Amino acid sequence: MVEKGTSLLKMMEISVAEAEKRTGKNAVNMQETYTVYLIETSVEHIIWTNPVPDSLWRRYSEFELLRNYLLVTYPFSVVPPLPEKRAEFVWHKLSADNMDPDFVERRRVGLENFLLRVASHPDLSSDKIFYSFLTEENGWKETVFETGFQAKADSRLKALNATFRVKNPDKRFAEMKHYGDELQSVISQLLRVRARAADRLYGVYKVHGNYGRVFSEWSAIEKEMGDGLQSAGHHMDAYAASVDDILEEEEHYADQLKEYLFYADALRAVCRKHELTQYELEMAAQDLTSKKQQREELATGTIRTFSLKGMTSKLFGQETPEQREAKLKMLETQIEEGEELVKERNAECEEFVKSAWVDIERFKEQKDHDLREALISYAIMQISMCKKGIQVWNNAKECFSKM
Amino acid sequence: MSAGTPRSLPSSGQKPIQDICHPLSAEECALSRSPDVLNPCSAGERDLILPNGTPVDTSSPASSSSLLNRLQLDDDLDGETRDLFVTVDDPKKHVSTMETYITYRVCTKTTRTEFDLPEYSVRRRYQDFDWLRNKLEESQPTHLIPPLPEKFVMKGVVDRFSEEFVETRRKALDKFLKRVADHPVLSFNEHFNAFLSAKDLNKRQGLALLTKMGESVKYVTGGYKLRARPVEFAAMGDYLDVFTQKLGTIDRIAQRIIKEQSEFLMELREYGPVYSSWSSFEEDLHDPLEGVSGCVSNCSSALEELTEDMSEDFLPVLREYVLYIESMKNVLKKRDQVQAEYETKLEAVVFREDKKTLVPSDVEKCQDRVECFNADLKADWDRWQNNKRQDFRQLLTGMADKNIQYYEKCLAAWESLIPLLQDKQDAKGETN
Repeated sequence: MVEKGTSLLKMMEISVAEAEKRTGKNAVNMQETYTVYLIETSVEHIIWTNPVPDSLWRRYSEFELLRNYLLVTYPFSVVPPLPEKRAEFVWHKLSADNMDPDFVERRRVGLENFLLRVASHPDLSSDKIFYSFLTEENGWKETVFETGFQAKADSRLKALNATFRVKNPDKRFAEMKHYGDELQSVISQLLRVRARAADRLYGVYKVHGNYGRVFSEWSAIEKEMGDGLQSAGHHMDAYAASVDDILEEEEHYADQLKEYLFYADALRAVCRKHELTQYELEMAAQDLTSKKQQREELATGTIRTFSLKGMTSKLFGQETPEQREAKLKMLETQIEEGEELVKERNAECEEFVKSAWVDIERFKEQKDHDLREALISYAIMQISMCKKGIQVWNNAKECFSKM
Repeated sequence: MSAGTPRSLPSSGQKPIQDICHPLSAEECALSRSPDVLNPCSAGERDLILPNGTPVDTSSPASSSSLLNRLQLDDDLDGETRDLFVTVDDPKKHVSTMETYITYRVCTKTTRTEFDLPEYSVRRRYQDFDWLRNKLEESQPTHLIPPLPEKFVMKGVVDRFSEEFVETRRKALDKFLKRVADHPVLSFNEHFNAFLSAKDLNKRQGLALLTKMGESVKYVTGGYKLRARPVEFAAMGDYLDVFTQKLGTIDRIAQRIIKEQSEFLMELREYGPVYSSWSSFEEDLHDPLEGVSGCVSNCSSALEELTEDMSEDFLPVLREYVLYIESMKNVLKKRDQVQAEYETKLEAVVFREDKKTLVPSDVEKCQDRVECFNADLKADWDRWQNNKRQDFRQLLTGMADKNIQYYEKCLAAWESLIPLLQDKQDAKGETN
């Protein structure tokens, strides 16, 4: 297995090679169609290289299960996101149908990307469940459930959804959460406008195809102008057709942005989990303080804080010394336990902050690098589109000048 | 359909009517000291002038290509030696108590003896051009008269005094006069002469100062039935029908493209700024994102220019040709009528029983008319076909050019962005 801290990817090649449609009976015994993805892995050996890669089939829901497991087990990690479940931010020509081959293909790429991200993460890549996801087709689901992560997940989920307020929020995490919010908002907006612009661009190019037809019809009634018109018309047709490839390439850019849209969510989840840890620490500390205060009151006989007990004792008289002794003893044990809990929670919190912050720094660098690369490839795409446009119109111009 | 905002022409301002330089008088204006002084065209004053006397329009960025096209035009004229050069330029707004209107300067240079002077510079308004065209149609019914830009514009919809509208109109008027000037028959027309040279176009007197040169014939739309249209004229009619149809289709396509481009532009104008707002909360990515925003903005401007150019230069020429074809079809109809009249009269003579009624000379006159008409029309048709070819070659090459320029501007913007995107040195230095 892999040592903690090193990347699995250094030892193993991983790819999601294919996608296939399957039909079968689902949990409620009804026929359903779903897609499965072929995961191929090949381990590098010192002595011999594996000529045939190991492979197994997984469906999207199993990827989801893996990710949920990782989220619960590594709460301080910014867990890589999965490609979207349903197609969103589509422009009209793109299909929103999950069964559409283009969507399936883009999803295949996204799933492969997910696996590669996890496999190159310093903490996540050494996880046993992740390894068996890649290597053991049967019984993997059961293994995951056996870890009991579901229970943890449920309780954490409840806690995360509950509204709570932290008394001393960590400034860094609060800022990170805010950054996550802003990133999510701006990328959503960007994707929405880009999809609308893609729609319009499609229209512009396709209408030029109509020139092709009318030039052809017109050339039929011309003598000297005919040839020039006809060939120019062909170039207009080519121009109209070129938009399909252009927009397909742009979709790849949109997918890169989408990954970080979902990453923003993962980042916010870490911040939220930190808040929870902090809150639990504060709760434990608060509880301890109140217990200590109660002990003090009992020992000195003074009632500093208002309490029902204080009132009743005032009204109905103090307890017997034996009762007081018993209570004090109980409080002492509780305080002891409370101090242990606070120590525990404090250590947890510190540990969380340390690990989380390391991963957040790692994530920041990765994000800056990846997005910069995405922008560069976007610019290159635009340059290619412009050059194609210049070429087509130059060709058409040549035909026109021969009219 | 222009996507930009129209700009108004500077006005000559409110002046008392006596002080306003009479727009139709060239001499007075030449002596006036007002800022609207007209300088008669002379080659020495201009920076660039073409061999045929037309000054080069250096205001447009594509002037070098239009210069090339104009030179090509000259070459195609089979070495015809030109002796008459006409230009329409210098639009000026005139505001009086009664009305506001635009006049254009019409400059003429000629060596023809039919003209008293070698050079003229007059100011004319659209009404005057319209008058000229009507007179030409009246006096030269067997010829194809070039069209004028549309007379009426919806007052609420189009700003008649915007720079774009006036410039489009000026170009069309310039083209109109040049086509007349290039025509071997029309250019010698007395009304054309008066239009170019007279201080004051006296329309009401019906040109008392001008002598009748050619036949002033009246063609009766007489309800004669045509037997057999000669093949070549039938072919002309068919061609014009199909051609008009195709032009209409091209007009619709062009309009549709402009519309889609305008909507694309709208989205781009929203798209670019999102990158800017993103850059505001990034550190390392601030400059790259800001750079992308700037790039998108540059592409938006380039697209806006393209759309405006197509609206202003491309569409009007198409529409002008549709008008041209309409008037040509009317001429063809007239020809049919003349032929029909001849045929009917001939038939009557052939089959007449009473040999005293119709005089054969009447039939001979009709025959002459038919033959003249056919000859004029054939010559004009060939000329028109030739001009049409040049005009559309120029128009479509221009369209290709505009699109090439648009893509070149975008290309330059994105290419200049790449080094900015790849430059990580400064950013790394700051964070370390």
